[in-house]
Order: sequence, then C-alpha cells, then structure tokens
Amino acid sequence: MINKLKIFFVILIFLFSSGLKASEKKTPFIDTNWNFKGIFGKFDRGELRRGYQVYSEVCSGCHSISQLSYRNLYEKGGPEFSIENVKQIAASFDVLDGPNSDGEMFTRPGRLPDKFVDPYPNIESAIAANGGAYPPDMSVLAKARKDGPAYIYSLLQGYVEPPKGYELDEGVYYNKYMDGNQIKMPNVLFDDLVEYEDGTKATTEQMAKDVSTFLMWAAEPNLEERHKLGFRVILYLVILALLVYFSMNRLWSRIESKK
Amino acid sequence: MSSSYLILTTIIIFLLIFLYISWIFISNEIENKKETGERRDFLYTASYALGAVGLGAAVWPLVDQMNPDASVKALSTTEVDISNIDVGKSITVLWRGKPVFIRRRTQEEIIESQNTKLTELKDPQKDQDRVKKPEWLVMLGVCTHLGCVPLGGKGDYKGWFCPCHGSHYDKSGRIRKGPAPTNLPIPKYEFVDNNTIKIG
Amino acid sequence: MSEEKYIPKSKIGQWFDSRLPLLSLMHHLRDYPTPKNLNYWWTFGAILTFCLIAQIITGLVLAMHYVAHADLAFESVEHIMRNVNYGWLIRYFHANGSSMFFLAVYIHIFRALFYGSYKSPREMIWILGMLIYILMMATAFMGYVLPWGQMSFWAATVITNLFSAIPFIGESIVTWLWGGYSVDSPMLTRFYSLHYLLPFLIFALVILHIWALHIPGNNNPVGIDIKQPSKDTVPFSPYIAVKDLYALIIFLIITAGFVFFAPNILSHPDNYIKANPLVTPTHIVPEWYLLPFYAILRAVPSKLGGVIVMFASLFILMFLPWLDTSKVRSAVFKPLSKLFFWVLVIDVVILGYIGANPPEGLYLLIGRVATIYYFLHFILVLPVLGYKEKTIPLPISISDPVLGGQPNISTTRSREDIKEKQHD
Repeated sequence: MINKLKIFFVILIFLFSSGLKASEKKTPFIDTNWNFKGIFGKFDRGELRRGYQVYSEVCSGCHSISQLSYRNLYEKGGPEFSIENVKQIAASFDVLDGPNSDGEMFTRPGRLPDKFVDPYPNIESAIAANGGAYPPDMSVLAKARKDGPAYIYSLLQGYVEPPKGYELDEGVYYNKYMDGNQIKMPNVLFDDLVEYEDGTKATTEQMAKDVSTFLMWAAEPNLEERHKLGFRVILYLVILALLVYFSMNRLWSRIESKK
Repeated sequence: MSSSYLILTTIIIFLLIFLYISWIFISNEIENKKETGERRDFLYTASYALGAVGLGAAVWPLVDQMNPDASVKALSTTEVDISNIDVGKSITVLWRGKPVFIRRRTQEEIIESQNTKLTELKDPQKDQDRVKKPEWLVMLGVCTHLGCVPLGGKGDYKGWFCPCHGSHYDKSGRIRKGPAPTNLPIPKYEFVDNNTIKIG
Repeated sequence: MSEEKYIPKSKIGQWFDSRLPLLSLMHHLRDYPTPKNLNYWWTFGAILTFCLIAQIITGLVLAMHYVAHADLAFESVEHIMRNVNYGWLIRYFHANGSSMFFLAVYIHIFRALFYGSYKSPREMIWILGMLIYILMMATAFMGYVLPWGQMSFWAATVITNLFSAIPFIGESIVTWLWGGYSVDSPMLTRFYSLHYLLPFLIFALVILHIWALHIPGNNNPVGIDIKQPSKDTVPFSPYIAVKDLYALIIFLIITAGFVFFAPNILSHPDNYIKANPLVTPTHIVPEWYLLPFYAILRAVPSKLGGVIVMFASLFILMFLPWLDTSKVRSAVFKPLSKLFFWVLVIDVVILGYIGANPPEGLYLLIGRVATIYYFLHFILVLPVLGYKEKTIPLPISISDPVLGGQPNISTTRSREDIKEKQHD
C-alpha cells in the first residue's frame, strides 16, 4: 500500500512538473472570485452580458473575435440574450458578401449565422493601425495565457507609472502584469466609460471582471455543459465501479474457497 | 428518414455481435456457477445492465457528431428579398446547398395551372396545394429522377425541362412526361412580409 | 499452452472454425490460464488496449471535421470545439486520452522493469513493446502538430531541425521532411496522413505483442515459472476480465476528471495561439510525456551528440533483457535492485522536470547528472547487481504465500534449481 502511494505521488509530480516553472519574478495576479471555476462552476449571465457590452464598446474597435458567431449570443450557456435582441445586434454590423450576379462583392446587414465582423480587413492593416503590434484575436485568448481570465483582469487594471528611472520606448506603456512590463496597448478602462444596460456601476474593476468573464465564455462556450455532463459521467462511473467491485469479489471468492 | 433506420439497424447488428461475443465469455461462468451452486446473480445482472447503459451513452456522441453541426443548422434557413422580381420572371437561390426556383407567375400561368385535370398528372397535385400565394411559385430546382437541375421555360409544357433524361415539368412544376416520378418538391417556406420569403 | 482442442457445439460453428479458427481463438482467449496472484499493476495491458481503440475511434471521428491545411487547421479545431455536436467532448477526450495513454504505458513499462517481465523467455514481448512505445511517441508528436498552434509549429520546427545534425545528408533530409524550406502546410498534411496510419501499425504490433505473451504466459509478482493450467492459474474469463474491467473503470474516472474538469491543464496555453512563423515562444516545450527525452537531448552540448544520446537512451532499453544479468526476475526478492529501481524512477521524474525548464544554470547541471545516471543504471548498475546481489529465497509455488507465514528454508530453492527451471 505504501509503495502504491509512493508511486502515485511520483506520477502526480511527474504530471504536474510541466506546470512548475522557474521562479521568474512575476507579479501574482489580482485575486478575485470567479463563478466559473470549480467543478460546479457556472457563468453569471449578468457578467456575460455586461462583458459583451464592454467588448463591443471598448475592445472590438481593435480586437477581432472571429471564431464567434452572432447566434452564440442567444444560445444556451452564454449571455443568452433574446433572439430578437441578437438579430438587432447582428444587423448593426456590415458583413461582406458576394459576389452578386454582377460579379461584385457587396455589404449587407449581419445575420445570426454570420461570424463576428473583424475591425480590420486583414492582419497587416491591424498591425499598421496599432503602432506595429497586432491586437490579438480574442476568441481563445482566455485559454492562450496561463490563468487567462485572471491575467486579463489584472492587466486591464495594471497600468501604473513606471518606477523611477525606467526607460520606456516610444509608443509603449508600462503595465505591472505584462511579461517584460512593456505593452503597446494603452490603458482603455476608466470609471464610468460604459453605461451598463442593467444599471450596474461601471467601475474599472467591474468592467475588467465582466469582460474577463465574457472572454472566458468566448474561449469555452461549452463550459457549463461540460461541467454538468462531467458530474453525471463521474457519478455513473463511481456507481458502476462499486457494482463491478462487488461482482469481482463475489467471483473471486470461488477461487479462495476452491483451495 | 431512411438514414435513421439505417443507423438504427447498424447499431442493432453491432449490439447483437457484441452480445454473442460476450455470451461466449459468460457461458464459462455459468458452468462454474452450476458447480458451486451460486445464488441468483442479481449483482451481475445489475452490473451488465448499468454497463450496457453506459456503453450506449458513450456511443451516442460518436454517432451524433455526424449529424448536421451548429453552423450548418444555422444556415438551414435563408431569407430572400423578392421585391425586385418582375411578373413572369424567376430567380434561383441557394438553400442548404441546393437551388430553389422562385417564380413570379403571370395570370395566364396561374389559370392554366389551376385548370389542369388531375387525371392528366403522373403525380396528381392541385396547383393550389403547391403555392401559398398563387403568384409566387417556390420549389426545389432538383429533378426528382436523379437530381439534375431542370432548365426554366423549356420543355413541352413550357415549364421546366430536365436535359439529363428528358423529364418535362409544367408551369406549376408538376411532372408531365419523362422518367421523373414526382413533382418538383416544395420546401418549407413562409412570407415574412410582402417582400421577403424565409425558406427552411 | 496445454489446452484441449476446442470443438464448436454447432455444425455451422465446426464448418467455420475448421476453415478459420476464430471460434477456437475466442475460446483460447476466454480460457487462457492466467496466474491467480496478479496484482493491479498487471491490469494496464488491458487499459492500454482500451486506450488505443478509444484514441483510434475518437481520432477517426475528429478526422471527419478537421482540415489539414496551414490556413484552416486552427480554425477547423475551433469549429469542432464550437459547432460539431459533442465536438468539444471528442476533442478533449482525444487530447487528454493521449496523456492518459502515456501514463498507462509508463506504469506498464515500470511494472515490467520491477518484476523482470522482460527477462527470458519474454524478450520478444519486451522488444515489441519498445517498438510500440517508439511508434506511440511518433504518433503523439505528429498529433500535437495538427492543431497548428504556436507549440505545434515550433515543436515541429525544433524536432525536424534535429535531423540537420546528421553529417552530409542532414540538410537534405530536413528539406525532404518539410517538403519545403520551412515548416508549413506540406509538412502538416504529411503529418496528418502518418498520424492516421501509425496507430494501425501499433495495433498490428499489439497483436504480435499479445501473441508473444501467450506463448510463455504472463509473468507474475513473484516471478517464478508456473504450469498452465494448474492450481496456480485461473481462466482469463471471468476472473481476470472482471479485474481488468474494474481497473479500467477507475482509470476512466481519472480520465473523466481531466476531460471534464481540467481539460487544458496538461497542455501548454501557447498552443491556443495560432502558429506564427515570425514569433518564437519564450519556452518551447513538448507535452509532459516527452519531457525526459527532451531533457536528455538538451543535456548534451553538441547538436549531433544530443540527438545520438537521446536515441541511445531509447535503444538501450531494447537491450535490457541482456543487460540485466540477474537470475531472479522479481524485485520483490531483490532488495538492492528494488532500491535502484526507485532511484531510476526518481531520476526519470527529475529528467521530466528538467525538460520543462530552460537548459541553463542549475537545471542544466542536474539534467546532465540525471542523464549520466540514467545510462549508468543500465550499463553499470543492472549488470553488476545481477551477479553481486544476494537475493531473498524464492517460494516454490505462488500458492504457498497464501498458506500464511514466511516461506521457510525447506520450501525454498537454491540458485541452481532456479537456473534449471528458467531454462526449461
């Protein structure tokens, strides 16, 4: 038994060794409560809706979210806006379509199946418009960084004055949580920047929290379904394991008795 | 419809094969039980039953992933602007990857279609049953013989003519002459308003 | 295998079986005499077979939706995750299933090391196993490239660049592998083709592996030869089948834990960034199960040296049945070997940890020491220990320990008796 435990822990350490990194002096992220964490984690609908508002009014000018479709906004597991509401949201965007029967490309109002429209026609123009840095697509951004939501949440609140004597390049800003502390994105969140439709006070911290949650949903729209199914699957497997365990013992008792 | 039966039959066949193989393994145990005179195997039955349920539940996602995915289902309806179609003109739109003919019929076409005797039709169907508004004919442009796209304004009945094997359709899209068995199908559609049709 | 010939009960069965003995095969598998003292470390063979079949099924289903082109691959994976019915489940199962596959294979290999399952007459089983392991690593490596994330791209670049270390022909080989002048779409499509193929080669080798096993029969925790069938064995079905099933369910619970509640914890966040040939990630790391080899590769200062030593670390395992000179199989009776076994385990874990970190400073030093120790274990420790170690006396049969108490002197055998028995 002791040997089994030894082996188990050795393997566990092995598995997680790739997560343990050198003690690079990194500022720990701001701690906060995330509704979607943990095995019973769920998204707060209010946070998702406010987060969408922040994305759409603040971030979408520079950041695309091209793997999302407008219909995702009313589908289960997300902000769950009403379908009428989402039709209006989609229609407020101009989508490139065509060619028509004259052979020309044209724009038309967005529809539910359309993907979110990119702010720039291509990556090169996005880089050119943002001082040589590409504003990353946000579809899976929350999974593309370690502790993604906490990182985004902290970064958005992490713009401070650089320490005395710190050399800051042209067009670069100082951020406590950015790797290397230099970031080409300026501070974009200020208190009351957005007027929330549900009346919540739009402090910088609130907006950072809401948009981080929204981005977590954008990266993992199936999170709630995954947790729900996971609970049922593991419960089923535990019950099955018990049944099989007792069957196994009953079977093997024949062997002991047949000595 | 038939594809679900096919899937069901295949699953049942595999289930039977699986049951036969497991019978071979279980029969050994039944002989042993007779020797030791074991009591009723409720425990084993319960384990098998629960296991079978789990196996079925595990197989379902593997089968369901081949069903139309969310992006395909989202495109399953198409809204068409019909405000620019003159009387006596047709347009063709793509819906679920197939052509749909939308024709704004003339009065003569409508009357002729409505007056056709049903006994003359290979697949008897009243014109009134094929349209919501008589002026607008909305039908799938896929020949019911082997799937080619018929040509408009051609053929002996001045409706549609399929060049692949010579099926003739009339001004209501009904089969008159040729190998096609049934009339050109009418998809599910509705008038969202006077200028827009939603297909699907 | 001293079993009576199986005669099917029905006439059709007899007609069929006399032409293609599948029914006889099924009955052999059902009745296959298995040592009755096998512990849970022996269930991983069945678990591995399940993993292989599960990966093949989830993989071929994913292949119905994945697009293997540099411009579309990353998006096609997102399409699977978001749009395909249960696509997220199948994708997470396949990705985490790969990690669980390697967890199982490492336990399976270390079981063999501890209990001497590779020793005569089971050398072919061991060699086939090593070939399966190598194919598994190739398959997993290519599979990781397919999502075309940053890690996919740069791991492919680093590992294919290794071949340039070969003198004279190295550069041409790399160009040939790439189908171009850098890692790009041609390499992705050929990796996809091979990733689809290799598991079926693995499947064929697994059949050979099990066939080779059924000749001498299973090893057992005590490591002594047993007659099949005898009072020391039980028919495979239902006894061992049920035990394997139970172990498999526990294994699936752990898998489900990862798939449903921590699906990305074993992979690297950088792989959610689409591949960019102009930006190299700060730390390029492979998946955790390849880390020890990565550490060995980077421990050697020269490029060619690193490649040679890394492959050597794999091939030296092939010779294990001949490097281990001990006449006793199971480490249960070899306290010193048992100790060095655990030292090896710790050494491999350390190598894994080193592989996850940049090859500089203290990390590099420890990596070098651990690499040297790894080779010493096989080249020095095992051969010497085989001759020098004083082993604990073995019991006569595996039923004896059940009778209670330590085996006393009269029921034990001398080294000479054991040597005779093993050369039967």
